[in-house]
Amino acid sequence: MGSEIYDVAIVGGGVIGCAIARELSRYDLKVVLLERNAEVGFGTTKTNSGIIHPGHDTPMSTLKGRLVVKGNRMFDQLQKELKFGFERIGAIYWIRDEEDMPRLEALMRLGIEKGVDGLEMWDQSRLSREEPNLSHDLIAALFAPSGGVINPYEFAFALIECAENNGVELRVDSPVTSIDHDAVADGGLLHVHTPGGTVDARYVVNAAGVYADVIAGMVGADDFRIVPRKGEEFMLDKRLHGVVRRLVFPLPTGVTKGTLIIPTYDGTIMVGPTAHDTGDREDVTTSVAGANEIFSYVTKLCPSIHQSDVITAFAGLRAVSSTGDFVIGPTKVKGFINVAGIQSPGLTSAPAIGEYVREILGDEGLRLDEKSDFLAEIAGPPRFAKALPREQEKMVEANPAFGRIVCRCELVTEAEIHDAIDHGARTVDGVKFRCRAGMGRCQGGFCTSRIINILSERLGIPPEAVTKRGGGSWIMTPMSDPSREVAGEGEV
Amino acid sequence: MLGRMEGPYDVMVVGGGPAGLAAAIGARDAGARRVLVIDREAEAGGILLQCIHSGFGLHYFKQELTGPEYAERFVTEALDHEIDILPNSYVSGIGLDSDGAKRVRILSDHYGLQTKTCRSVVLAMGCRERTRGAIRIPGTRPSGVLTAGLAQKFTNMMGYLPGRRVAILGSGDIGLIMARRLVLEGCEVVGVFELMPYSNGLTRNVVQCLDDFGIPLHLSTTVTEIMGQDRLRGIKVAPVGPGFKPDMSKEHAIDCDTLLLSIGLIPENEMSQSLGIQLDLTTRGPIVSSTLETSLPGVFACGNVLHVHDLVDFVTGEALRAGRHAGEYAMGIRRAQDNIRLVPGDNVRYCVPHSLSTGHEHQIFMRCKEPMKPCEIIIGDIMRKKLSFVVPAEMIMFKIKPDALDQFQGDTLRIDIRPLDR
Repeated sequence: MGSEIYDVAIVGGGVIGCAIARELSRYDLKVVLLERNAEVGFGTTKTNSGIIHPGHDTPMSTLKGRLVVKGNRMFDQLQKELKFGFERIGAIYWIRDEEDMPRLEALMRLGIEKGVDGLEMWDQSRLSREEPNLSHDLIAALFAPSGGVINPYEFAFALIECAENNGVELRVDSPVTSIDHDAVADGGLLHVHTPGGTVDARYVVNAAGVYADVIAGMVGADDFRIVPRKGEEFMLDKRLHGVVRRLVFPLPTGVTKGTLIIPTYDGTIMVGPTAHDTGDREDVTTSVAGANEIFSYVTKLCPSIHQSDVITAFAGLRAVSSTGDFVIGPTKVKGFINVAGIQSPGLTSAPAIGEYVREILGDEGLRLDEKSDFLAEIAGPPRFAKALPREQEKMVEANPAFGRIVCRCELVTEAEIHDAIDHGARTVDGVKFRCRAGMGRCQGGFCTSRIINILSERLGIPPEAVTKRGGGSWIMTPMSDPSREVAGEGEV
Repeated sequence: MLGRMEGPYDVMVVGGGPAGLAAAIGARDAGARRVLVIDREAEAGGILLQCIHSGFGLHYFKQELTGPEYAERFVTEALDHEIDILPNSYVSGIGLDSDGAKRVRILSDHYGLQTKTCRSVVLAMGCRERTRGAIRIPGTRPSGVLTAGLAQKFTNMMGYLPGRRVAILGSGDIGLIMARRLVLEGCEVVGVFELMPYSNGLTRNVVQCLDDFGIPLHLSTTVTEIMGQDRLRGIKVAPVGPGFKPDMSKEHAIDCDTLLLSIGLIPENEMSQSLGIQLDLTTRGPIVSSTLETSLPGVFACGNVLHVHDLVDFVTGEALRAGRHAGEYAMGIRRAQDNIRLVPGDNVRYCVPHSLSTGHEHQIFMRCKEPMKPCEIIIGDIMRKKLSFVVPAEMIMFKIKPDALDQFQGDTLRIDIRPLDR
């Protein structure tokens, strides 16, 4: 393993690392992606709000302002190629007070200047016609049709699958423990150490999310800090499907895009997020205060939503940099590239960041020869619940496993779970985020045991080795625990 | 068993648990010729199959059986009644023809996707457990936090333990049963924590599952935080004051690797809702007439999909009646519409059915809102019944005889539970 030299080692398998991996897989390069978790997309990506922002609200003077609009426009083509859940449902930005009108108008002007397509100003009657379930005291809204919703984890899974199909090597359960580098004269290799071995690479791309400053610090390239900013989100019962049809934003403030009502791609309404800085990079706790904050706000905005509709709550960490902008670029250490501080609109910008990082690597001397046989498309997972009855009939005919419903709440079949495992799922959460089994109102109460059995069979591991999300997240333990038995006992 | 899958049925039953099996038998007894039970699992019997403890059948069979034994008796009886059972199958939709026939869309690995027609349908889909999300316990999201029913499946069906050091939130019956079960398997059960000032399980389960094993039951206490990154490493609990608000000054940590949730059951009525069937907001089950018919003519409901029962024996009784009425309906027999509405009054959380008709005997199931002893059930001015006590965890049942309604003139019968002076 040690003798192989990689052109590029990407640290971090979030949506950014995966987007970079896929972009680099277009070229004749030897690339490895190192992910600390059991699967890609298990950090900030998994807990992302899943919004493709129109991009009118971030000024062009910032890097994120320049990347977001470009990123937004790339999603239609990407969706065709990678088949993740994505739809441009449009976004509205509402105001309640007349005095906010100038700010709303300024937002529209900024958007037009940036070339954001199709912006419209809606008056009160138009707004209540388009979104009748929103509070009637809202007086106007800016409508941006290019706003969309996406399943961010599906996007990450699809990116890495495509990258792997094109030769990128993925190493999961590989936290980077240290990095050292040779003198430039020795060929300038970087040595990335993980518990499973060392990766020698000419270039290292640091896409480590909330740990990006820690990774950068390993080579002394940490002239920024990451302050994780926690966001709590609440998923609501499907009974509320259709209560709003578009993304509902307040007028953005400097700190946050505010509390949103998000009709997710799969039809579940999500509300949130909160935005509170935390010093702890692992603090994904939910709180009573967070729930109260979100619901006191949302019930005023949309009275049909009740706190009792919550089916699950979760929290994610935004990797906010001390510079306030994305930190993307080469460092004083030759070959070490930072891609840090990727907070909102980082998901929207991800494909543009991929291209931007490829350009930087080229500028830094990486030879980029396009492959002639790059496979841009993946087949994408089958989706029984979304198929028409006629298609469903054909699916069952071809594979009886489509006739076995495992997750009754989300109508997920055994065949889809097989497909998820065959495309990289190794954990119960991995299955859940790939095919939605366990994501519905019973939260896995009925299907978890079957999913454990299928994972165990398909991966050839004992059921007790199946985890929720890797690491120490074991789910079951054998009845007779060998560690508790006295040695020699039972041998007569 | 599946040879006769072609052709229309008289009655189709959705769900092959105790309710569905008994309903099918009831339908055959009423004269329905072709009856089909559709079940999701590989084997009919429902949740009973994982309830390997005894205590089932005391009322119905006057005999103490385990869950699988109770289920087996009904599966055998159903087959003796020449009822078709379709396992590994899922009802993905029900449509209505203009002549009242029902078109049931069934997905199965054996037959693919097909639509079968029938005259009447019995809904017997059971219920699901409330989850952590429903009560929004703050903290991390580690493994080791699961519903008591899932832990029961791990233990009794798969032969694995959910963990070693276990706390239980909520005192529902499955939680109490699992407390004992896990102690017997060598786990340490550190305690059961119940938000209410009284247990939500049957008294007999508190005695036999907790008291007999020295497991403490902490009433008016709740879990205020979940701790641990990958796997649960502990919880915080606190007593609750007025309005169930936790007293955080008394919050303390408890080490455990597993937290079971036994915090209530919710009837699974998503399909009923998609059919436009009217639901009772309290039971979260369909509103039913005295024949257990829902607001959709020819569609009946019974068991835990109608309202959550304490004992399977009562499910069986209710389901036999629902099945009989569904069978009669399929054979073209119609009873006159109900003419008396049943309305919950003082200290009555709900009553099922929701209406009555004169000239028939009626079995009423109801629950109180809060414990009371001694007390009296007052049914309009037609009937009074003294009880030594009532608690929300124990269903109250009584019959109204046909002659009791003979004299009744009104259209609304109110039921109250009032304290009796000692």
